[in-house]
Amino acid sequence: MGQRLDEFHEEAGERGIADPREAHAPHKQHPSAKEYIRIGIILAFLTGFEVWLSYSGVRDGLLVGLLMLTMVTKFALVVLWFMHLRFDDPRYSRFFLVGLALAACLYLIVLLLFGVFQD
Amino acid sequence: MADATTMSPDEHTTTGLPSTKLAMWLFLASETLLFGALITAYVLYRGASEVGPYPADIFDIAYTSVSSFVLLASSLTMVLSLVAAEKRDYARMRVWLLATAFLGLSFVGGQVYEFTTFYHEGLAITTNLFGTTFYVLTGFHGVHVTVGILMLLSLVGMSWSGRMPEDVGFPVEMVGLYWHFVDIVWIVIFVVVYLIPTPNPG
Amino acid sequence: MASVSLPGSGGWLRRPTATTGAWSWLTTVDHKKIGIMYGVAGFLFFLIGGLEALLIRAQLAGPDGTVLNADQYNQLFTMHGVTMVFLFVMPMGAAFFNYLIPLMIGARDVAFPRLNAFSFWAFSAGALFLYSSWFLGGAPNGGWFGYAPNSTTDPTIGMSFYALGLLITGVASTVGAVNLAVTVINLRAPGMSLFRTPVFVWMGLVVQFLLIFSLPIITVALFQMLFDRRWDTAFFDPTRGGDPVLWQHMFWLFGHPEVYILILPAFGIFSEVLPVFSRKPLFGYQFVVFSGIAIGFIGFGVWAHHMFAVGLGPVANTAFGVSTAIIAVPTGIKIFNWMGTMYGGDIRFRSAMLFTVGGVVMFVIGGLSGVTHAVVPSDYHQTDTYYIVAHFHYVIFGGGVFAFFSGLFYWWPKVFARMLNERLGIIQFWVMAIGFNITFGPMHILGLQGMIRREYTYPEGLGLTFWNQIATLGSLLIALSVLIFIVNVIWTRRTPKGLENEDPWDARTLEWTTSCPPPAYNFEETPVVSSLDEFWHRKYAVDKEGRTIRVPAGAASASHDDGHGAGHGIHLPSPSFWPLIAAIGLPIIAYGALWSWPLLAAGALVTLIGVYGWALEPSVAE
Repeated sequence: MGQRLDEFHEEAGERGIADPREAHAPHKQHPSAKEYIRIGIILAFLTGFEVWLSYSGVRDGLLVGLLMLTMVTKFALVVLWFMHLRFDDPRYSRFFLVGLALAACLYLIVLLLFGVFQD
Repeated sequence: MADATTMSPDEHTTTGLPSTKLAMWLFLASETLLFGALITAYVLYRGASEVGPYPADIFDIAYTSVSSFVLLASSLTMVLSLVAAEKRDYARMRVWLLATAFLGLSFVGGQVYEFTTFYHEGLAITTNLFGTTFYVLTGFHGVHVTVGILMLLSLVGMSWSGRMPEDVGFPVEMVGLYWHFVDIVWIVIFVVVYLIPTPNPG
Repeated sequence: MASVSLPGSGGWLRRPTATTGAWSWLTTVDHKKIGIMYGVAGFLFFLIGGLEALLIRAQLAGPDGTVLNADQYNQLFTMHGVTMVFLFVMPMGAAFFNYLIPLMIGARDVAFPRLNAFSFWAFSAGALFLYSSWFLGGAPNGGWFGYAPNSTTDPTIGMSFYALGLLITGVASTVGAVNLAVTVINLRAPGMSLFRTPVFVWMGLVVQFLLIFSLPIITVALFQMLFDRRWDTAFFDPTRGGDPVLWQHMFWLFGHPEVYILILPAFGIFSEVLPVFSRKPLFGYQFVVFSGIAIGFIGFGVWAHHMFAVGLGPVANTAFGVSTAIIAVPTGIKIFNWMGTMYGGDIRFRSAMLFTVGGVVMFVIGGLSGVTHAVVPSDYHQTDTYYIVAHFHYVIFGGGVFAFFSGLFYWWPKVFARMLNERLGIIQFWVMAIGFNITFGPMHILGLQGMIRREYTYPEGLGLTFWNQIATLGSLLIALSVLIFIVNVIWTRRTPKGLENEDPWDARTLEWTTSCPPPAYNFEETPVVSSLDEFWHRKYAVDKEGRTIRVPAGAASASHDDGHGAGHGIHLPSPSFWPLIAAIGLPIIAYGALWSWPLLAAGALVTLIGVYGWALEPSVAE
């Protein structure tokens, strides 16, 4: 992770640390209210789809697969738009992704060691 | 809680990124592992309870769906308050912040009601592994929502009493990051705990 | 100026302004004062943990020992482990990081000074909470890794103190880690790219990331333990289908990164001391940095090597055996780099250097016995024996404690403007090195002979008596060496303050460009950095024949300020009461969790008041 940090630093250097305002000028461009509402509607739709799925009679692998897919999509939409990772400096994303990836790997290995996915 | 001097994004830093925001993202990265561990315990013990009630006996998907919509809506009102804050439209910002806090309160209220109902249906935290992992996971989440509500109301209070820093959008954005994080945790809980069915044993 | 004023009405405390006296320490937000307090607290717990160790050794000095009963013994070895890991090595690392990182990167303070104060007070509150258990029903007694279900079903209250105490110190560490990580990332002086920061700063950064990512795991595990104990949940209860092995996974998912949290500060100190006392730049700086980062990453992938004997199956055991063997590679790279640094150097064996060289050697021995654990069949034989005890003491004591003493001798003049006595330092080193080896060396043999770790007594005639006696003798020598250090400190305090030469070791890094001790604002002017080992390059140049020559004095001290009326107009954050108040609430919450809901609510209220007072106070004193 530290290796990336230095890239971060060099990036910042190239953009001129003399004027930090300039360096994070791009982060100021958050989405408009209209765009937020559009994302909100998509999220509501996806949630509705999830609920519908659980009543629809779709079962087993397909149900779990589809639910996981909508879950990940919703997660990504909130993180990228509402939390602005899509628009912000990529360094924030990297820190968050390290945590997320670490959590996913470690806990999946633990569950694997317990044989949770064997049936 | 950041020092007031660092609550502004315009400080001079090596990376050009505001320290508070960097700290917030590091904190959220850390929180990912916290909730990951709680969810892992739930998944590990899925279907391992030796006595009922089991999830299929007591979950009310329709009820929880409403709660999920409420929390999702609160994320939308949260970003709308940020839009208002960045436009320095303080009145509207406060309205949206209060709306977010109200939706959050509804969610927590709904959770209290849900817990009470489950308890009366025979699921205590000690009953079985399902009760243990379910209450602790959703309880931790509920505490996080409650802390978020306190932060939202504090922002409203500070704005009313004129204690907000010059760059109002920044603290609103920081509280928003925390609030949305709590929302994405619920997105995962909703699917993993409620929607993916756990078959009753036997 | 030293008085503290409370407003008659209005409720909120005014920001204090004292810079001397007790209040200044209670309210300080200066990273240097906080660093010193971390150091003092850590050293006190080193002494307490050491006394516990001496009692353990007294009990084991002969067969069928009667100094302690089994119950007292359980509490003592548990508290010895918990104290040394969480209340000594971790805060001692925090002490060095806190004091030195801002100075090394050319910053005036850490990113969040009040948060830094909160970290220290929360740590202290957690430590005192843990130790209050001795008077409130008994200390933790389930070993430092508190395996369930032993820990969750034990009828005494000790392990509840363990869970809550470590939760509080965990809050302190998490907050401190975020703070220091942001400091390194964001507050470096102009020109101080990450690859111009000293290795110590790099190791600090890696440690903070390890803390950020591993502490949440133990936080959850401790809550689960607490809930099992206090509210009868079923997490680790086999009678209700729970699996105690989950605790082991959760603990070691944290516990192994924790091992590197304990040792990387030592690696940082070695990497600073060796170049200075060899008068050579660190050999292979990049390799040392990258191997440190690699250790950080791989450190998350080896946890199950603590669990080979649990029965994870041959696939898992093989995989974790291999990853464990792999992590020896970056560690070995560091050792070779340190040797390369000394090779051909103009070595001066001052106390600091002796402790570093000794520490590296001890660490290598511990590292080698560590590799033998990576071999699964061999580990079956070693698990839970004194061989393991020997191994981790060689690593953590041999590596960590030696490094801390090295760092204390090296940076003492920087912090206190007095030189520790060199002769006493050298005597201390040899007494400690000999005592250490005859304490922990025989434990390898005892372990392979089958002496089980944690047994409170052993019968006669098993052939364990002789080496146990030797080990006890060695522990007395270690105690003597620590006593010599204390005498040295007291002796040094009596010498007049002030240094003839404010750069006594001919050092290489930025912290030595400040006066000793540094002013509150660290640097009068923000230094501009143009190379690794910046201070060295300000002092020395290379002439046409390639020889190192000293730059004329005066030119060297570009940012060296003499402190005469300097520092006016530099804005520093004012001291604050609120971090202390917010931290005081935490143990009250914890006592409440043990005994009473109203008390818990009261504690939460105190913390909440602390946090609100904090958020609302003005940034400078009025």
